[in-house]
Amino acid sequence: MSEAESNTVRELPYVMAINEGIREVLREQKNAFIAGEDVAIAGSVYGYCAGLLDEFGEERVIDTPISEKGIMGLGVGASATGCRPIIDLMFMDFVGECMDEIANQMAKMRFMFGGKATLPVTVLTMGGAGGSLAAQHSQSLEAWLAHLPGMKVVMPSDSYDAKGMIISATRDNNPVFVVLNKASLAMSMEVPEGSYEVPLGEACVRRQGKDLTIVAFGRMVHEAMASVDRLKEIGIDAEVIDARSVQPFDTETVVNSIRKTHRALVIHEAVKFGGIGGEIAAQIQEEAFDYLDAPVMRVAAPFSPVPFSPALEQIYIPNADSILTKVKETLAM
Amino acid sequence: MVAKKKTENSNGPSQKILQELHRKMVRIRKFEESAGKMMEDGKIPGALHLYVGQEAVASGVMQHLSNEDWITSTHRGHGHLVAKGGEFKPMFAELFGRSTGYCRGKGGSMHISNMDLGMLGANGIVGGGPPIAMGAAFSNKFKKNKNVSVAFFGDGASNEGSVHEAANMAALYQLPCVFVCENNGYGEYTPQARHQAIVDVADRAAGYGMPGVVCDGMDVMAVYEAAGEAIERARNGEGPTLLECKTYRYYDHVGVRGMGLNYRSDEEVEEWKNKDAIEAFEKRLLQLGVMTKKKIEKVHSSVNQDIEEAIAFANDSPYPLPEELLDNVYNEEA
Ligand SMILES: Cc1ncc(C[n+]2csc(CCOP(=O)(O)OP(=O)(O)O)c2C)c(N)n1
Ligand SMILES: [Mg+2]
Repeated sequence: MSEAESNTVRELPYVMAINEGIREVLREQKNAFIAGEDVAIAGSVYGYCAGLLDEFGEERVIDTPISEKGIMGLGVGASATGCRPIIDLMFMDFVGECMDEIANQMAKMRFMFGGKATLPVTVLTMGGAGGSLAAQHSQSLEAWLAHLPGMKVVMPSDSYDAKGMIISATRDNNPVFVVLNKASLAMSMEVPEGSYEVPLGEACVRRQGKDLTIVAFGRMVHEAMASVDRLKEIGIDAEVIDARSVQPFDTETVVNSIRKTHRALVIHEAVKFGGIGGEIAAQIQEEAFDYLDAPVMRVAAPFSPVPFSPALEQIYIPNADSILTKVKETLAM
Repeated sequence: MVAKKKTENSNGPSQKILQELHRKMVRIRKFEESAGKMMEDGKIPGALHLYVGQEAVASGVMQHLSNEDWITSTHRGHGHLVAKGGEFKPMFAELFGRSTGYCRGKGGSMHISNMDLGMLGANGIVGGGPPIAMGAAFSNKFKKNKNVSVAFFGDGASNEGSVHEAANMAALYQLPCVFVCENNGYGEYTPQARHQAIVDVADRAAGYGMPGVVCDGMDVMAVYEAAGEAIERARNGEGPTLLECKTYRYYDHVGVRGMGLNYRSDEEVEEWKNKDAIEAFEKRLLQLGVMTKKKIEKVHSSVNQDIEEAIAFANDSPYPLPEELLDNVYNEEA
């Protein structure tokens, strides 16, 4: 991890870290702009674009119509021709509106053109459940995106990573989806001022342990951390890895950990079937089969759309309880 | 523009119809005002997009539809459902996330629906409705019945590709589909002039190959007449119409704040409120002698009572059980 250029560190909520990330990018990259629905005058519905219009003007902070296919196309066309766009897609669920631009154009253009096109476009989008926003505003669809050769997908779990990964994503010469989580917006931690990178494709060990490796994506990192003490009570010292990046995925960090712990559990907010956890489990058994003392465990959402009722949504979202239950079940404790 | 065809006898709509239009609007207004209060009281989770201000549109259009006719709605959908015959009890229960709700608590405000009433759902996806309404219209034509479908969508939604594709296909296949654009001047916090280069969404009708009509969406009689013509054309196999209703939402895009918003002025809100559809219509009903003050008050108090009972019902209703989560993902019937 590269060092922050400035040492001044303060508490910053996730939402403001996103804001600072975008701000740094617009300051340092003259060809960068941000476009999306209600990002300029309203400062985004989440508030993370607040003040950007004032600082950078309407040529670089652009309100768009509600036309996701157009907005994503803007990102493809502008990035292929010399700009460094940040495209804001208000809810991750809306990838459905513009999947052709993402899957058939953005991800593939460079390859199809024999390496002659470069698309340094960053898409910011918001995933995750928890606010009773129901089936079309709560999904975690990172597996759809990670399935696309040519696309990078990262899921910053905290303020530090959100800011640093936005900066890294915009400096990267490939399309990058930065999948944010709406349930994390108010979470605070210490974040340096100024510009710094958090490398794409590198996982981070959040807690060292010796009995079980938990690989967590996005907000689920916090649930994994919350499970640590309770796992300890049943005699399991868990190591927690924040995957941070879905595509490319840092297999090495995970495998190194499993060599030590001999057990693995993957947790994500997306539904289990076809979720990224299946891919990770497969990679683990390919790369570390001989080190495993137990089947790779998965904790993920049940196979249903995200329900509206708080009574159902509560049990839908994986959490520390589900980790504990899964571990007990698999290890027959 | 469409040639004027009288949908009623020369004396205009009957007293009964006028009274129904009034009752519909009052029911929507009171449902929405109470839903707003319930949200503030923490009874309704999630996002609540209130329809207050736009009552004339849903009421004027729905007056021409039966349960056999389909509509598709938007994220601002309670008003459409109330006008289509939605009952308060299962509606509040749905908004409260209870198992007695129209969608068993699974859909909530943004997905509230009722197939029996011909209501193909509110929609969390802006521009999600029109292609579905077009498909339902196709189904009506395919089955050779006389039913129509109506797609409600906003000025903001009019910029979605899905709307253009649906309109083009409806015109191409001459489907019994009416596209009702509720132009309330804003898509979220963005005024119309900042999201499209036209003033009348109805202008786009020419490009689709269908008639485009603009009407005053604060005047329930204007909506009633214009919608009547469009729906009659559709029923007669003469194809789709794009009907634009100029209207206004009194509250914020989401939630219950009305005034002191930074993207629109309080004066603007006041101006529109001065044209309030319900007040104006009540005045007219009194003038025409269709209703007395007392009768109007009776409508209000009876709707108030319905609301009270419905809220009590929703409050007393159980939440869905955990095992219900996996129900309804697939149709498990043999
Ligand atoms: C595909 C999609 N894009 C964006 C949104 C977020 N969003 C919800 S409502 C809305 C504004 C819609 O404006 P309009 O169609 O005019 O309807 P109104 O809210 O004015 O009734 C937006 C942008 C969404 N729900 N779906
Ligand atoms: Mg609007």
